Amino acid sequence: MKETIKFEINGQMAELTLDPNTILMWAIRNDLEFTGTKFGCGIGFCGACTVILDGEPVRSCMLPVSEVAGKKLLTIEGLEQNGELHPIQEAFVEHDAQQCGFCTPGMIMKIYGLLIVNPEPTRQEVLDALEENFCRCSAYKQIIEAVQTAGKKMKGGVKV
Amino acid sequence: MKRQDGMKRQEAITRKVSRDMNDPWEMDRREFMRKIGGGLILSFSLGSIPLAAGIPQREEDEVNAYLRIGEDGRVTLFTGKIEMGQGPITSLPMMLADELDVRLEDVDIIMGDTDLCPWDNGTFGSLSTRQYGQTMRGAAAKARAILLEMAAEELKADVDDLRVKEGVVFRVSRPRKKVSYADLTNGKKIMRKIDEAVEMKKPDEFTYMGTSRKHVDAYEKVTGRAKYSGDIRVPGMMYARIVRPPSLGAKLTRIDTSGAEAIEGTEIVRDGDFVAVLNASQDLVDVALAKVDAEYEEEKPEVDDESIYQYVIEKADNSRELESKGNLEQGEKRSVQVFESEYHDPYLAHAPIENHTATAWFEDDRLIMYASCQTPFPTREDIAEALGMPSEKVYLKQVFTGGGFGGKIYNPQAVEVARIVKLSGKPVQLVYSREEEFMHDRLRPAATVKLRSGIDENGRMSFWNYDVYMGGTRGATHFYDIPDHRTKHHFVKRETQDIHPSYNYNWPHPFYTGAWRGPSNNTNTWARESQVEMMAAAAGKDALEFRLEHLEGDPKMAEVLRLGGKTFGWTPAVGPSGRGYGIACGIDAGTWLAVFAEVKVDKKTGHVQVVRCVVSQDMGLVVNPQGAIIQAEGGLIMGLGYTLSEEIKFQGRKMLDKNFDTYSIPKISWTPEIEVVFVDKQHEPPQGGGEPSVVGIGGAVANAVFDATSARLFRLPMTPERVLEAIRSL
Ligand code: FES
Ligand code: FES
Repeated sequence: MKETIKFEINGQMAELTLDPNTILMWAIRNDLEFTGTKFGCGIGFCGACTVILDGEPVRSCMLPVSEVAGKKLLTIEGLEQNGELHPIQEAFVEHDAQQCGFCTPGMIMKIYGLLIVNPEPTRQEVLDALEENFCRCSAYKQIIEAVQTAGKKMKGGVKV
Repeated sequence: MKRQDGMKRQEAITRKVSRDMNDPWEMDRREFMRKIGGGLILSFSLGSIPLAAGIPQREEDEVNAYLRIGEDGRVTLFTGKIEMGQGPITSLPMMLADELDVRLEDVDIIMGDTDLCPWDNGTFGSLSTRQYGQTMRGAAAKARAILLEMAAEELKADVDDLRVKEGVVFRVSRPRKKVSYADLTNGKKIMRKIDEAVEMKKPDEFTYMGTSRKHVDAYEKVTGRAKYSGDIRVPGMMYARIVRPPSLGAKLTRIDTSGAEAIEGTEIVRDGDFVAVLNASQDLVDVALAKVDAEYEEEKPEVDDESIYQYVIEKADNSRELESKGNLEQGEKRSVQVFESEYHDPYLAHAPIENHTATAWFEDDRLIMYASCQTPFPTREDIAEALGMPSEKVYLKQVFTGGGFGGKIYNPQAVEVARIVKLSGKPVQLVYSREEEFMHDRLRPAATVKLRSGIDENGRMSFWNYDVYMGGTRGATHFYDIPDHRTKHHFVKRETQDIHPSYNYNWPHPFYTGAWRGPSNNTNTWARESQVEMMAAAAGKDALEFRLEHLEGDPKMAEVLRLGGKTFGWTPAVGPSGRGYGIACGIDAGTWLAVFAEVKVDKKTGHVQVVRCVVSQDMGLVVNPQGAIIQAEGGLIMGLGYTLSEEIKFQGRKMLDKNFDTYSIPKISWTPEIEVVFVDKQHEPPQGGGEPSVVGIGGAVANAVFDATSARLFRLPMTPERVLEAIRSL
């Protein structure tokens, strides 16, 4: 019982014919080959699979692909514009906020979800937003700094 | 917005390095030697240059690395080390650029590719910089000397009259007379094996070493371009799942795969008890796996997460004295107070966010594989052995590895995927589920430490009798001035382990065990430093003062402690002072370290929040200070896990933790304020930086909890329940 599902991903239309119960994370990684979105736990606990769905961060391991029909998805690959890093990506580079880098895409997407609604989060707001995104390398200190830097850059009139 | 210049330059390097990591050249060794083209090509082994703690990794190996100074003037290092977030992709080129006098941008590094790089036993033990890096510096210094000789001939000058800047050799007396490395090596192909060292650069001659450099692989990692083993896609690739028993050692008694086979596109491969399910869809392979109907005969449970601490004592049938001095009996007689404690430390999972993963396929009769692993070369041997192939027929390529921490020294997934590829004849990707990741991990072993010690009438430590059961020897011996002392490690004889084949030489541990960041030293340092502060408090002395009074024999530790105390703003007080301050110091990977911690304990819930830490380290030359700080901070926060929350729960050989819902690792809100300081030792050889801080955090927090609450915990992790119980039983 395959279905054709259409949605927008990183500014382009995608059309997939597949089982509508396919887990969104696998559809993104395997059918669309946007492998920046990572698998870490598969049960919604680690945040490695975080993507933006119609402006909201979601865990793509917890959603069937049918949920995104007609909607807009943004993954880590869609952040860079015309060869320019997004301010969050820039801030990560500046603060060395990635070590092994495996949690990084999910972390950045979750931060994106925070900063587009709250570009000047307090430290506590940053912690609350990222509490369920795990970084085993524990680059947390640099990640917190990167969020604050990125927020400032975005507030300075940068497109999101 | 415009990027700053620095960042652009950084990016250029990054793109180059990452291109190599993401797309290692597809060619075999002979081809490589042909294509490597002209230039000066140097090979060296870790054993051959008597510089660092260089020990040959395997006797038959003559070469551990190649260094090429190419016709284009670029320098390339071919090394078997891998990058998993700890930073050699940045620090090794810094060391090379300085020794060769070239720009950092002109250095490339090719890592962990078993065709292109010579044998290396793996990336662990914080050895990449202190052992490998030092030897490499010596080789690079020699390369520079060879190039200078060539230049002397070319420029008809005396070597003493020559200097190098950014890869160009010029005469001091006539600076317009110059020749570049590129011109020197152009049209030539010089192969040299280096077996002697020449003098390396001094700190005042460094350009890069000792300065902070950002991770050169940042660009790839923040854009999602960085490839990991699970991101490889091969035409016709199948996803695999292995049919697993409910507990280790369980025997398959009956299996029916017809339900799985009914799922569209599913294939089953089988070799005895080894059964795998394949499907071109990663969703369907899970659906199919769930339909496999299998029965097992499990081993009778003998031990669980409560009884393990007595169990390891009972099963240990061998011991080794690590050190002893004086007479323990006399020491005890001189004591006015004796302290007897038993410390319990549980099994821990490495839990990298990237589970063990491998993607493999055959090209003609060669198996090609990408595996998330810390040990590509030994893993290649394991695969070759399992498949009955010569190891040249197995080629491990390298991409990024999503964290290792010691857990990816062992790579069962690589051998399993190779078996499945052979059985199915198809390209296969195997990504462990989180449950498999836990169950097949080489856990940090559970351990018991028995400690008996005393203080004399002057409030000095009088004797120290230390027994560690199954925990390992690293960090077990102490460094304090104590007249009578002895340290012993208790373990199980190899012959006893042979009686239990399903345990893979890990008996009596119900699970496989191995090296977890700062192996055994976490347990040992926590136990030792807890006991020391316990005695300081009983002697009515300040914890820092007490330590310093016993460190005449180790001025290096005293210096590290003083620097840490000054940075922390330590003021003397007798514990428990109510301030929630604690200290722990130790030695790991050649680094002397001290951690100072401040905690807040919620006496109603038992919740411990670590609010502030100072890490003080003497690690010799700090090659990349920013990198070293990040490693120390990361290690410290990761260590909060074993300190406060991480513990594998089990019954017999069945693991009860299957995912992050019950096994809780540090979260972002646990991040304390951290300051990392180094004793200035730029003229000394560099030491390990990836592990030391993790070793000190457990003891520092345990002592801080005591200082805050008067309650001393003898079991890790210090969960809220345990802290509450300890407070209530005061
Ligand atoms: S993989 Fe989705 S939350 Fe962990
Ligand atoms: S950078 Fe390795 S898990 Fe976050």
